[in-house]
Amino acid sequence: MQKKFRIKTFPAGGVHVDECKFSAQRPIESLPLPGVVTTPVLQHFGAAATPIVKAGDRVKTGQVIAQANGFLSVNIHATIAGTVARIDEAMDVSGYKRPVIVINADGEDWVEGVDLSRTLKRKVELSSVEIIKKVQQDGLVGLGGAGFPVHVKLSPVAGKRADVLLINGAECEPYLTCDHRLMVEKGPEILVGVVILMKALNVSRAVIGIEWNKQDAIAHLSALASDFDGIDVVALKACYPQGAEKQLIEALIGKQVPIGGLPIDAGCVVQNIATAFAVYESIQKNKPLVERIVTVAGEDLKKPSNFRVRLGTSMAALIEAAGGLPESTGKIISGGPMMGKALNMLDIPVIKTTSGILVMPQERSKRDPVVNCIRCARCVKHCPLGLEPYLLMNLAEKERFEDAENEVVMNCCECGTCAYVCPAKRPLLDYIRLAKTFITQRRKEKAVK
Amino acid sequence: MMQTILLSILLLSAIGVLSGVVLYLVARKFHIVEDPRIDTVQAILPGVNCGGCGYPGCRKFAEACVNSKDLDKLFCPVGGNTCMAQVATALGIEVVERDAMIAVVRCNGSLRNRPRTNKYDGTTWCKIVHNLYAGETGCSFGCLGFGDCVKACKFGAIAVDPETQLPVVDEEKCVACGACVKACPRQLIELRFKGKEGHRIFVCCRNPEKGSVARKNCSVACIGCGKCFKVCEFGAITMGTNLAYIDFKKCTLCQKCVGQCPTGAIHEIHHAKKV
Repeated sequence: MQKKFRIKTFPAGGVHVDECKFSAQRPIESLPLPGVVTTPVLQHFGAAATPIVKAGDRVKTGQVIAQANGFLSVNIHATIAGTVARIDEAMDVSGYKRPVIVINADGEDWVEGVDLSRTLKRKVELSSVEIIKKVQQDGLVGLGGAGFPVHVKLSPVAGKRADVLLINGAECEPYLTCDHRLMVEKGPEILVGVVILMKALNVSRAVIGIEWNKQDAIAHLSALASDFDGIDVVALKACYPQGAEKQLIEALIGKQVPIGGLPIDAGCVVQNIATAFAVYESIQKNKPLVERIVTVAGEDLKKPSNFRVRLGTSMAALIEAAGGLPESTGKIISGGPMMGKALNMLDIPVIKTTSGILVMPQERSKRDPVVNCIRCARCVKHCPLGLEPYLLMNLAEKERFEDAENEVVMNCCECGTCAYVCPAKRPLLDYIRLAKTFITQRRKEKAVK
Repeated sequence: MMQTILLSILLLSAIGVLSGVVLYLVARKFHIVEDPRIDTVQAILPGVNCGGCGYPGCRKFAEACVNSKDLDKLFCPVGGNTCMAQVATALGIEVVERDAMIAVVRCNGSLRNRPRTNKYDGTTWCKIVHNLYAGETGCSFGCLGFGDCVKACKFGAIAVDPETQLPVVDEEKCVACGACVKACPRQLIELRFKGKEGHRIFVCCRNPEKGSVARKNCSVACIGCGKCFKVCEFGAITMGTNLAYIDFKKCTLCQKCVGQCPTGAIHEIHHAKKV
């Protein structure tokens, strides 16, 4: 007996991308513990954590190795037991060197007080304030991709109130299936996580939005949700970027986030499915964020999989476990194919925001030659935020960043739909990002003055 | 018929005369007295409006020259000393002669010296590539080779050598306006003294990584060993983080440091090779 769903979506723009969910039916597998973990001290949006260990120190799994540096920062934990080898610099996905803590692993020796059992614990004992404090201590950040610290979103803002919690289970990026698998396998835990988040925010309603291409997850979670008060499961149209924060809000509760505003201005807070699960583990099981689910997929990959990996594991190990690099490989992408980043080497650690590693064959990864804009306005039609990407690109090209700012370039969520649909193959997003970087820098300079 | 023609002529003439009177009065009322010397100075200036002087164009620079008491802080890099001397004569003030400058590219990571580790196929604009990722080589501080400096140069004085993938400055054409310095997202280009007979010595690297790391990615990187620093008698060399820098104001072009450098990161230009 299947419940009938009304499928919701956001009103303007978007595009349906080839789904390519190769690993959707692959259960989550735990990857063997790595020999060495490389833990960057900045894995989230905000300030880098300050290392509090030194080379030669013994650490246990789950021990804090870098302390949060201010409000917009979270703790970083040892994701494995072992000895700190060195505090060094290593490449991140962009190829730039960032400070990291390298640990030589020697086993799984958890810190005390962590509940590793699988029993479901439904009763939430902590109070709202305690929950917010605990999630910062346990290093929780948004696991969807942006890595915004969870406690910042949960902390009350003066004069503003959230009345609904939105849970993002859209997973609109093609290829990625990590959230999908989590919803199918860890449904009850996720729902308890949602209850915890509702308690922290002091709201009585939560809506879980899931794209229609994951019908098993929708059915599973909505059956379970009938057991919890105030949690609804809503089906969303499979349309990219359904899971982008502003689009999700509009699809689920029909409100718009004002330009330059935050979801709280629309009376809601958005968290990812994987974040809800991590919140459950942190609050109910006292387990800090040391592992996450990563999808490894690709057309020619032998064994597309969903792996539960310790943060800091080299991406090379994941690809190895998925059957090794196929010969046809053209590009390897960290994240989804729409917003992810092509890697320039494989020895890069998995961090809190790594949702997938995609191995793209050559014929799917090459860029077509760029030609002149043919003024078809497809970018305008598909932009989910109603911007004019062709105009923003022209302005950025001529370095007229002030005009670009007046054209609300800062509202762009960098979903990449414009560049995807452009028949002239113009790199619209590259230029828009340039304008955004420039404007952000100038705003920072002004703020300093 | 005749009446219509006459009426039109009369009416139009009347409007013409009236407008003439109004324009005359307005011109008298809002007349701006402008220093005639501004025109004189502007005529001396090269008129390329490159912005190398720091002003939005030659006219603004001429105004600044006329309005300031001395020319100490004003210099037209395009016209050089001759031009500034003429400006000084026209204004009846003194001017100190300045050393000629030239743009210097401080990266020698050519295809041979710095092997490519990956291939980039996106937008060929250094600024965008710099924002996106570290670049095609292991060194994230070196030249990207997409030629933002070439696009910025109004004098055609800089071009990317297809063989090395590095920009090369044409000494004849470079006027040291500094447009390329601003255009480079990695701050690789610097304006330095042109030097006697064009002699110049500089550290051709900007990589502050540890010596072993820098050397692994590029065979001609500065490894920060400090040998040049020790040998310099004039205090012209300063050591930053794993990186030497030669102050061109203090350097006497004695060439002692050049032979000391184990990686050949110190470049000398137009010097007869020592045997």
